[in-house]
Amino acid sequence: MNNLIEIRWHGRGGQGAKTASLLLADAAFNTGKYIQGFPEYGPERMGAPITAYNRISNEPITVHSNIYYPDYVVVVDDTLLDSVDVTAGLKPDGAIVVNSTLDNETLKGKLKNYSGAIYKIDARKISLETLGKYFPNTPMLAAIVKVSNIMTEEEFMKDMVGSFKHKFAKKPDVIDGNMKALEIALKEVEKIN
Amino acid sequence: MGIRERLSGNEAAATAMKQINPDVVAAFPITPSTEIPQYFSTFVSNGVVDTEFVAVESEHSAMSACIGAEAAGARAMTATSANGLSLMWEMIYIASSLRLPIVMSLVNRAVSGPLNIHCDHSDAMGVRDSGWIQLFSETNQEAYDNLIMAHRIAENKDVLLPLMVCQDGFITSHSIENIELIEDEKVKEFVGKYKPEHYLLNKQEPIAIGPLDVQTYLFEHKAQQAKAMEAAKKVILEVAEDFEKLTGRKYGFFEEYKLEDAEIAIVCMNSTAGTAKATVNRLREQGIKAGLLKVRVFRPFPAKEIAEALKNLKAVAVLDKADSLNAAGGALFEDITSGMFVNNVQVPTVNYVYGIGGRDTTVEELEKVYKDLLEIKESGKIENPYRYLGLRGEN
Repeated sequence: MNNLIEIRWHGRGGQGAKTASLLLADAAFNTGKYIQGFPEYGPERMGAPITAYNRISNEPITVHSNIYYPDYVVVVDDTLLDSVDVTAGLKPDGAIVVNSTLDNETLKGKLKNYSGAIYKIDARKISLETLGKYFPNTPMLAAIVKVSNIMTEEEFMKDMVGSFKHKFAKKPDVIDGNMKALEIALKEVEKIN
Repeated sequence: MGIRERLSGNEAAATAMKQINPDVVAAFPITPSTEIPQYFSTFVSNGVVDTEFVAVESEHSAMSACIGAEAAGARAMTATSANGLSLMWEMIYIASSLRLPIVMSLVNRAVSGPLNIHCDHSDAMGVRDSGWIQLFSETNQEAYDNLIMAHRIAENKDVLLPLMVCQDGFITSHSIENIELIEDEKVKEFVGKYKPEHYLLNKQEPIAIGPLDVQTYLFEHKAQQAKAMEAAKKVILEVAEDFEKLTGRKYGFFEEYKLEDAEIAIVCMNSTAGTAKATVNRLREQGIKAGLLKVRVFRPFPAKEIAEALKNLKAVAVLDKADSLNAAGGALFEDITSGMFVNNVQVPTVNYVYGIGGRDTTVEELEKVYKDLLEIKESGKIENPYRYLGLRGEN
């Protein structure tokens, strides 16, 4: 991997993009990396567009600004594509992962025919199947780990068991469903460009 | 060797408070420091600290409770931001003039209005002349380390002044980053027990605290406070030396980053210094001799030492994350330039007010400041010493 990887998350308030960015930071930290995970706080409302960020590096990270030229972008909700310029500054040799059921050509068009790699995943289907509720952040987390290759799938799955045990200490019945969501997402994320 | 962890700045501050285990914490929640008393009250409920947690109804009462506790002979802490600090205003001065070494975690945020919950330094700058020691922190690590050192400085009998540890709201307070924690036992030993010399609950020595102080006394008492602030300089360095022995992490009045051979430099505080370091690295790759001076100790202000550190530069930019609205320049700029003048250091120096209300500051913007400094270095001319960085319509 490159020494510094910068990731930008786009979601809507309540979908867990911030939590996903923190979980990704956690997982990368546990493989020995230097990490940053931080949200951009605006007026917080359920459903409003929100942005979160990750920096992951083998060296200490000193920059404390938002990320304008990300290596990777994760879009947790494809209804954002009409209102937010999600590919702004995205490196041409980077990649974007979108939670979407749009057909490939429509999706590419909405991404302004971004020239880098485009990945699609149906996080709604996976979440409903495994958790019975719509929490797209868990499948999206697995998708970005796979696409960015920040760590191996084995390292990631092993680490996430621990993270979920900690995060869901008070509701352990959802751990298995979340692990299943990660497992399916790792398989189903699909490269369309 | 320390404990490798990842924490947000607020988690780091709350962790330091847990390890310090003060007698009293009194606080009222306000964004972006809310999580500090929130986490701390969990520690209290879970019995991991034996602190008396006072959930007051306002920040004025939070500071009043800290004053009462500290005067009684207890070690007291609090946390706040922006308008919370504004509401403490009256008691802030009383705390320092009563010489009560209260320690506060101040998570910097713009003071309203209009209402803004994001970071700038207007809260800290508003109390810069109140007689509190002010330490600034670039990272979660520094916010933690500064809190661990705080009581040793504040409670020193030559000092006896309250102390606030500042960090940038959201930028560090809500960002998860790597941190190295110190083992609980080592913190306990380093901070030590609080043994006040004079306190209200000492029945062997009945005293009054804070009575009327008229024309014949107040001046002398204020001069004593000023002297204590002067004495704090030595103590801050002594404590830093002990801290380095404990952790290997070195602290002074300020950090010099590639300043030794630099021709141009930025002076700033808190998280922007990290972004400036990345900018310096980028410019050094281009062969530009850029450097950084990051102020850690803002009160007491190390005027002479800073002037000495800047004297060989060809141009300096002082970045203020608060505007003094005085048609002359920000607070840090005025302190630095007056320190240079008094110490006969003549280096062309400009001021940039930046990052107000959480406006983001990037490597590219700081690079532009250094490029401006290169022009000043070449021409020796400053047309406008009081500038903005990142203001729409200006640059």
